[in-house]
Amino acid sequence: MSNSVSQEVAKAGTFKPRRALAEELLRHARRPFPWLIVVFTVIVGVAPNVLDDVSLRESLLLAAVYVTLASNLNLMIGYAGYVNFGNIVFFGLGGYIGVYLATTWHVNLVLSALIGGVGVSALAYLFGLGILRLRGAFFALATIGVNEAIHAFVTNFEPWGGATGIYLSMDAYEPLGGPMNGLWLCYYLIVVVMGLSLLLSYAIKTSKFGLGILAIGQNEDAAAVLGVPTPRYKAIIYSISGFLPAVAGCLYFFKSGIIEPNGAFDLTTSIEAIVMLMLGGAGTVTGPVIGAFLYEELRSFLLFSETFSHLQLVLAGALLLVIVLFVPGGLMGWLFARVPRLRKWLQ
Amino acid sequence: MTALLQAINLSRRFGGVQAVSELTFTVNQGEILGLIGPNGAGKSTVFNLLNGVITPDVGQVVFDGTDITGMAPYVVARHGLARAHQIMQPLLGLSVLENCMVGACFGRENMNLGDAREAAREVAESVGLGPRIDALAGSLTTGGKKRLEMARALSAHPKLLLLDEVLAGLNPTEIEHMIETIRGIRKSGVTILMIEHVMRAIMSLSDRIVVINLGRRLAEGLPREIAENPDVIKAYLGDSKLLAVAEESAS
Repeated sequence: MSNSVSQEVAKAGTFKPRRALAEELLRHARRPFPWLIVVFTVIVGVAPNVLDDVSLRESLLLAAVYVTLASNLNLMIGYAGYVNFGNIVFFGLGGYIGVYLATTWHVNLVLSALIGGVGVSALAYLFGLGILRLRGAFFALATIGVNEAIHAFVTNFEPWGGATGIYLSMDAYEPLGGPMNGLWLCYYLIVVVMGLSLLLSYAIKTSKFGLGILAIGQNEDAAAVLGVPTPRYKAIIYSISGFLPAVAGCLYFFKSGIIEPNGAFDLTTSIEAIVMLMLGGAGTVTGPVIGAFLYEELRSFLLFSETFSHLQLVLAGALLLVIVLFVPGGLMGWLFARVPRLRKWLQ
Repeated sequence: MTALLQAINLSRRFGGVQAVSELTFTVNQGEILGLIGPNGAGKSTVFNLLNGVITPDVGQVVFDGTDITGMAPYVVARHGLARAHQIMQPLLGLSVLENCMVGACFGRENMNLGDAREAAREVAESVGLGPRIDALAGSLTTGGKKRLEMARALSAHPKLLLLDEVLAGLNPTEIEHMIETIRGIRKSGVTILMIEHVMRAIMSLSDRIVVINLGRRLAEGLPREIAENPDVIKAYLGDSKLLAVAEESAS
């Protein structure tokens, strides 16, 4: 606090940035949590291949997509404190851009997915500067508006097939070595995207940028008075939270062989992502994973059961209500409250 | 003496209420300037005008040679002006250390996380929050939260610290402790502008005092002069016996 100390700190700060990045990476590499993410991702990736189980692959693929959606949504809801109800727009729009490039222009699949991601992020940044002036319920409503507007636009956009969407022919999978190889490749890529989502979520939480975002999530006005550049930070996190879902969207719809507006911009999936996030625990890195896997299990159980097959969404809604009322911290919040030591190991 | 902060002819109206009008004053480098006045006089509005939470209708704020009028609060913070709020605004879900790190990371020196952790730890200890450093801000007592407000502002190593009624709601022991802390802060080279209702404290801490009433400057001077000023007694102090208090604390 004394002047001499602050001068020393200031002096030291002048040559630090580059070294700090290397140090920061090394510091993370010495911690167990990022390695836990890597190990988990590899296990999910190879399990269906080792067990030679295609139906396991299909259910894990859906789970990986759910983890990606819930984890990136967590950046907005759990970290920045902004409820993005229309989060599925990233997934759908990324899917459209990517699938269009890969099929019509025969661009490499990975490159198409990345272009979809960058395009969606850029749009999100511009939209974010505008709609992030709104707070609370008004922001949530605006995000639904964004999804519905883009939904309506795509439905009437002929180059993307209008209301019927884009169908892929079998030829589309030729560059990947035929449909069978193509499906496996799409699976591996989606699992990688899931792993990257979790690493991103962890990296942001433990960074200076993340500290600013968490401060915004706690009390935006106080954060601004402390010096956090709130409008820019909010737009950046909104933009980042769109990137990997957009990439996943391209891979998912390419693998499905069809993309059409009602499937791509389905608000139901948006709300399901919120249920997964709240179930696992908003604000934690692990929570969205647990929430997504549990929800995927529950969903497939309900879809295949005679009695409940039409009640899946009713139960999802009821589940969300119960969580918000009784366990607002989700499973991870509940666990941390009971075993505080776990905070040292899990994020 | 050089001026660190100049408020020049500041005015701000809210609907039909002229909250601040034609207010001019200067905070000199290294001093503690007290800002007092009756409830509703516009003291907190003045702070909001100074750090950019609201923009003045007319007038200028010059800080350390730069015109900061109309700049956003986070830009003002970067220039080295930090603030502790009257109504505490702790980041409840973050720890005491993390709260202070936000101040250090995004304040004047734009520190990286490692340096910020060091600076935050040092400041938290200096204001007596050392033992509670890993506790969540939400679990602190009122006194603790007041300290946290101050620690968070100080972690930025600011040039000027705005203290808005940091003594309100504290018990006498805590007040005593806090006054010592404020003296220590000034000794370390930070200039302080403080709003306070606890007369004994403001009279003994301040080098100079500015009194405002109905948004206008009523008087300015040394604590003794203020305590004797008939206008101030009429509008705010209400009792000339406070002179005795001022003398006692001066001796």
